[in-house]
Amino acid sequence: MSALAYDGTAMLGRQLRRVRNNPALVILTQSMPITMLLFFGYVFGSALAMPGDAYRSYLVPGLLVATAANGIMTGMFQAAQDSHRGVTDRLRTLPMSRAAVPLGQATADLVVTAAGTVPFLLVGLAVGWRIEGSALQAVAAVGLLLLFRFACAWVGILLGLASRSEEAAGQLGSATFMLPLLSNAYIPTDRLPGWLRTLAEWNPISAVTTALRYLFGNSPVPEGAAWPVAHPIAGSLAWCAALIAVFAPLAVRRYAHNDR
Amino acid sequence: MTTTYAVLSEGLEKRFGAVHAVRGLDLAVAQGTVCGVLGPNGAGKTTAVRLLTTLLRPDAGSARIAGHDLVREASAVRRRIGVTGQYASVDGDLTGRQNLRLFARLHRVRGPADRAGELLDRFGLTESADRPASTYSGGMRRRLDLAASLIRRPDVLFLDEPTTGLDPASRNQIWDAVRDLKREGTTVLLTTQYLEEADQLADDIALVDRGRIAHSGSPAQLKALIGTYAEVVVAHADALAKAAGVLDQLTGVQPSFDHERNAVGAVTGDPTLTLPRLVRELDAAGVPLLDASMRPPTLDDVFLRLTDSKEPVG
Repeated sequence: MSALAYDGTAMLGRQLRRVRNNPALVILTQSMPITMLLFFGYVFGSALAMPGDAYRSYLVPGLLVATAANGIMTGMFQAAQDSHRGVTDRLRTLPMSRAAVPLGQATADLVVTAAGTVPFLLVGLAVGWRIEGSALQAVAAVGLLLLFRFACAWVGILLGLASRSEEAAGQLGSATFMLPLLSNAYIPTDRLPGWLRTLAEWNPISAVTTALRYLFGNSPVPEGAAWPVAHPIAGSLAWCAALIAVFAPLAVRRYAHNDR
Repeated sequence: MTTTYAVLSEGLEKRFGAVHAVRGLDLAVAQGTVCGVLGPNGAGKTTAVRLLTTLLRPDAGSARIAGHDLVREASAVRRRIGVTGQYASVDGDLTGRQNLRLFARLHRVRGPADRAGELLDRFGLTESADRPASTYSGGMRRRLDLAASLIRRPDVLFLDEPTTGLDPASRNQIWDAVRDLKREGTTVLLTTQYLEEADQLADDIALVDRGRIAHSGSPAQLKALIGTYAEVVVAHADALAKAAGVLDQLTGVQPSFDHERNAVGAVTGDPTLTLPRLVRELDAAGVPLLDASMRPPTLDDVFLRLTDSKEPVG
């Protein structure tokens, strides 16, 4: 087994053991999107022009993607914590693969996210969301969701490693909750003013959300949207590829030569 | 017989922007010895250790650790060193045992669980082995840190302020562990703010000041370098100034006061200044003398004289 695979597996094991040691935190994190689904779905859903059932069905893919975007925040917290509590430096004095530490973190995050998606979808089914497309398309939707989460984790890891302090990472990380607000995760973008609509539709969250709604068969691709939303699958793949291609090498580099 | 050096650095330099943290570090630590790196806060001790443990890349200079080039053979260096310090720590969310197993696995130790068990035993952590490290006391945490850096029996162990903030009992445990390691042939480089710690553990001491080694040698050599410490205790505080004046005249050194004990002292390199002469001179000046002594200096005195530090460390 190559050093990267061996060390990466060890680091993945470390992250999963941390989750097992502190299950309360994970349960709390994973229950947030469920709470939001119920809150948004029934409180906002009753105030919108769209019927409540339809809005909740619209909301499920949106919240899935908004939650995936939280990978930035989670990645930042963990990387900053390791970096400022000396764990990163201990690992950097070991004769191990440099890329294994961030890769292990991103992979563990993926496993935890995948597990958390199951209860969320069950609640989604309970409030009226359905898989209206083929099973294969539904699998593709989940795959795309996880790919997006993986990309977001790398963004977070880089920002966390570069952070000045855990507090700074916490503040910046918390600010990322605004990212889905400027997308089509919670509301359709077609009634936004022109420039704002363009901005929202070039938000990667919009492309992935549209792709999920399309693949789950919940709603068609909107007309007249910007390219990533008009071609949601290609748009999502391009966004994920671009994010990973930029942020993963930068994060590994930052980890290997952290000249603080 | 030629000495083999476990750590040998020449002209190591590191800048952080405008700050020249390490400016030409020449350090030689003979194999199997304990070297104490002493210096005031901000002298560059931690940066020096971070350079020598491959955590930072030097801007200039070179070093060989356990026979391997620090920069070109960084992974060979990492296989032979152990690092414990304020910055190289264990994962608080994992238990002691999980931490050691993880590091053993990353070190490619065969039987990581056995090695973890062995080290937990050696450092008296078996009972708390399955609790998260974040719940450990300061002393236990430091012992776990130390155990983690010994996973693969390193040739060179770097300890950055290993006992800062520990109670005396925990400090003694760490000291005993360092002595055991030395007996087993491990070379130890430790930084400390505690002069007593360096005096207790180190075969050689390197005094670091403003990014370079100001002086180095055995504790005895360093003490001999600065002479004898003359101290007098007077009957009441009013007489301190007069006593200080006499000491100043005799030694040519600005005396330092201990107001709690009504004492004043100064270091002298003058061999003609003996205790009888000191007492005669003070008596002649009318100083109400209670006690007078001349003793070899402590490392504290050495430190104050040989670095620009205005206050004692520790």
